[in-house]
Amino acid sequence: MIHLKNVHKRFQKPEGGWFDAVRDTSLHVRAGEIFGLIGFSGAGKSTLLRLINLLERPDSGSVTVDGQPLTALSASALRRARQNIGMVFQQFNLMANRTVAANIAFPLEIAGWQQADIDARVAECLDIVGLADRAQHYPAQLSGGQKQRVGIARALAPRPHVILADEPTSALDPKTTQSILDCLQDINARFGVTVVIVTHEMHVIRSICHRAALLDAGEVVEILSVQDKQVSAQSALAKSLLEVA
Amino acid sequence: MEELTFAQALANLSDLAPEIGQASLETGLMLGIGLTAAILLGGPLGILLYLTQPGQLFAHRTVNGVLGWLVNLVRSFPFIILMVSLVPLTRVLVGSTIGPIAAAVPLSFAAIPYFARLVEQTLREIPRGVVEAAEAMGASPAQIIVKVLINEARAGLISSLTILTISFLSYSAVAGVVGGGGIGDLAIRYGYYRFQSEVMIAMVLLLVVIVQLIQFAGNRLAARLDKR
Repeated sequence: MIHLKNVHKRFQKPEGGWFDAVRDTSLHVRAGEIFGLIGFSGAGKSTLLRLINLLERPDSGSVTVDGQPLTALSASALRRARQNIGMVFQQFNLMANRTVAANIAFPLEIAGWQQADIDARVAECLDIVGLADRAQHYPAQLSGGQKQRVGIARALAPRPHVILADEPTSALDPKTTQSILDCLQDINARFGVTVVIVTHEMHVIRSICHRAALLDAGEVVEILSVQDKQVSAQSALAKSLLEVA
Repeated sequence: MEELTFAQALANLSDLAPEIGQASLETGLMLGIGLTAAILLGGPLGILLYLTQPGQLFAHRTVNGVLGWLVNLVRSFPFIILMVSLVPLTRVLVGSTIGPIAAAVPLSFAAIPYFARLVEQTLREIPRGVVEAAEAMGASPAQIIVKVLINEARAGLISSLTILTISFLSYSAVAGVVGGGGIGDLAIRYGYYRFQSEVMIAMVLLLVVIVQLIQFAGNRLAARLDKR
């Protein structure tokens, strides 16, 4: 479903010099799985996620999602391809001046849906995330967990095949975290959406991921597999992460 | 000079009622043209200034530098000097250098970069992540500008427009004195040159009321639009 091939991304440091956030990395995420990207701060996991929908363009290497070679697409073709890749953010990034329903409608508006179809789909998505009674509220009137549910509904609205989640629970308390993780797992199970989730918590990997890539200094150290909420790992780094969790 | 009674002052003012009405219309015309130019030209310029900043959608150092320099250049001119400098251009555009429409030319010239800066500053308050989310959803630059930037900044934009309107009410008085007409011009002609202080006081009071009304309306509208 998602193929990253030898992607490399470097950033210019404010004080000069370069920082290699992702080093010549290849990764394959299978259709229908929940795939985790885990590592410490600065390991390159968020950058790697943002390379998947080209929010960051790799300096070298190629990105293919759902058969589409994103790195080779024109600007307008890339915009169309992105409508098939939902994204959920740590800070929610909802539009403050739009109601919950209008936030969820946004990706459908830009994709050119008919108003009647938009209304029906927004209602459906509100039901899926359990916020039907909040449709006409504004984001400022919601709790963090509710905002993230709106974020998930918005990502889900255009029926994407892939959802990218960038630390979706890091701004939330443990109880809300679990309900958001359950929500993502539910969406994956019901609709077969492939989910890639960035986290620094082994708990997240254990509770919903099928597999995960452990990252360190911009490279994949190990691919972890999860069976019955047990993570099997070989590397010392993975073992140390499992111990703290 | 004979003592002026309050009744006499009121009578003088009511004799001037047609002139006051005319002056108010002229001020309205100068402001209307200046603000329209500011919104239609200064607004897009402000958006461009914002979008060409480093890290934004159309980040471009040279374009941003040149635009910023031009805006600063026009804004450096004291308004009265800008007005005099633009006399030849005004003659070409309007065919005359007196009257409210002629005065609207330098007013527009000053209002465009002023509003552009206000718009740029207002847009900076939108969290980058919100724009990024729209990009991730496949929004085009035009959709991002209209549906995200302008909509998210709408309360701030109304406040900016309020500031602009009040500043330019004052500028229009300056433009009025050199042939534009308007409330400020009337105050100077009667209140200052003819020593009719009651006209000066009445005109200043009129401006005070207008400013208070504009600010009140601006605040109300901004508060209503702001859902943050």
